[in-house]
Amino acid sequence: MPDITKTPDATKTDVLIVGAGPVGLFAVFELGLLDLKCHLVDILDRPGGQCAELYPEKPIYDIPGWPLITAQGLVDRLMEQTAPFKPQFTFNRMIAALEKRGDGSFRVTTDDGEVFEAKAVVIAAGGGSFQPKRPPIPGIEAYEGKSVFYSVRRMEDFRGEDLLIVGGGDSALDWTLNLQPVARSVALVHRRAEFRAAPDSVNKMFALHEEEKLRFQIGQVTALSGEGGVLRSATVKGPHGEVDIPCTRLLPFFGLTMKLGPIAEWGLNLHENLIPVDTEKFQTSEPGIFAIGDINTYPGKLKLILSGFHEAALMAQAAKHYISPAERIVFQYTTSSTSLQKKLGVA
Amino acid sequence: MTKLHIIAFDGTAYDIDAENGSTVMENAIKNSVPGIEAECGGACACATCHVYVDEDWTGVVGEPEPMEEDMLDFAFDVRPNSRLSCQIKVRDELDGLVVRVPERQG
Repeated sequence: MPDITKTPDATKTDVLIVGAGPVGLFAVFELGLLDLKCHLVDILDRPGGQCAELYPEKPIYDIPGWPLITAQGLVDRLMEQTAPFKPQFTFNRMIAALEKRGDGSFRVTTDDGEVFEAKAVVIAAGGGSFQPKRPPIPGIEAYEGKSVFYSVRRMEDFRGEDLLIVGGGDSALDWTLNLQPVARSVALVHRRAEFRAAPDSVNKMFALHEEEKLRFQIGQVTALSGEGGVLRSATVKGPHGEVDIPCTRLLPFFGLTMKLGPIAEWGLNLHENLIPVDTEKFQTSEPGIFAIGDINTYPGKLKLILSGFHEAALMAQAAKHYISPAERIVFQYTTSSTSLQKKLGVA
Repeated sequence: MTKLHIIAFDGTAYDIDAENGSTVMENAIKNSVPGIEAECGGACACATCHVYVDEDWTGVVGEPEPMEEDMLDFAFDVRPNSRLSCQIKVRDELDGLVVRVPERQG
């Protein structure tokens, strides 16, 4: 019988790494030394995870050998360090499904249906996947996907609609400007008259407001009205009381938060949204699936980047053994091993 | 030691002896005050340690820096007395400070 799970266009890799934060990146290095090729999938649009998304400019003081390094600086150096191993990246995607095959390998599917075949899986997903923050507006869930959207995939979807955009950063301002010619009307709501967004966008927005081509309202959205997921208007609490703004689409841009997401549905043992592992292999309850960095838990766990690096090194040995059980792993130092130095491109 | 009174959303008061130089957020986390998440660990990068400073204390505590003000855009039900507790450093003048935790962080 033909294997119906086999898709001809699946991307093949040795190790699929879920998450391209510092620990996922360092795993590429450790696995690379053992001749394993990696493909990383991350929900963000660039490598670095929390370091890149939450605090790129912030100093880190506890990376061994670096008395001070910025979070982005660390990510840049990890990218440089892993470059010899030519890791592949898929950004803006999360892993939706994971399935173990009869031969012990894995079939992994992203949220947009791209399929990977990997010999082992490493979950280095930190605090989970970054997802848009949902504003605490009562009953907003009922409108999501119908009238409330947290991203714009196709501008055409908003043609002829009455838009209410909320936020003061670049996403809010950029979409206000880009959708203004497409939409029937645009209102922008922000809690104050100062913006984080690029000054040029802010000036353009105020100019359109002056020309009455859009409406800018200071305040915070407190309630929605409509029925069956079809939005009619939003209540905005401003400095001078409440106003009702008619709208058919609401686009809130309140930044990102971390959620465990689909990992919870992969059949792994979980403990308070963390994945328990052993401290020899950093393997999950499913052989061949490893978890390293902030997402895992074990007695004495410290959520430090340096702990994640250690976990990556030990995990790599175990993953190699899982993939090639018959092969003897010779322990070597990068300082003195010609074979390792060849892999690094320095010998 | 400086006394802090952190009042959870359900009204439970946490009376905490805080060391000068530490942040209100760190003390809230150390004492497991519900509703302070501090997702980013105190980097002023997430707005999940949002608190309301008691009206009697806003003058002493002071105004947020521009970066904190920007970050407060990500918080909800922001009021004139809103602050991120990771940006309030404990000092002698704050002895007896009262802050309230909002209904929810983002």
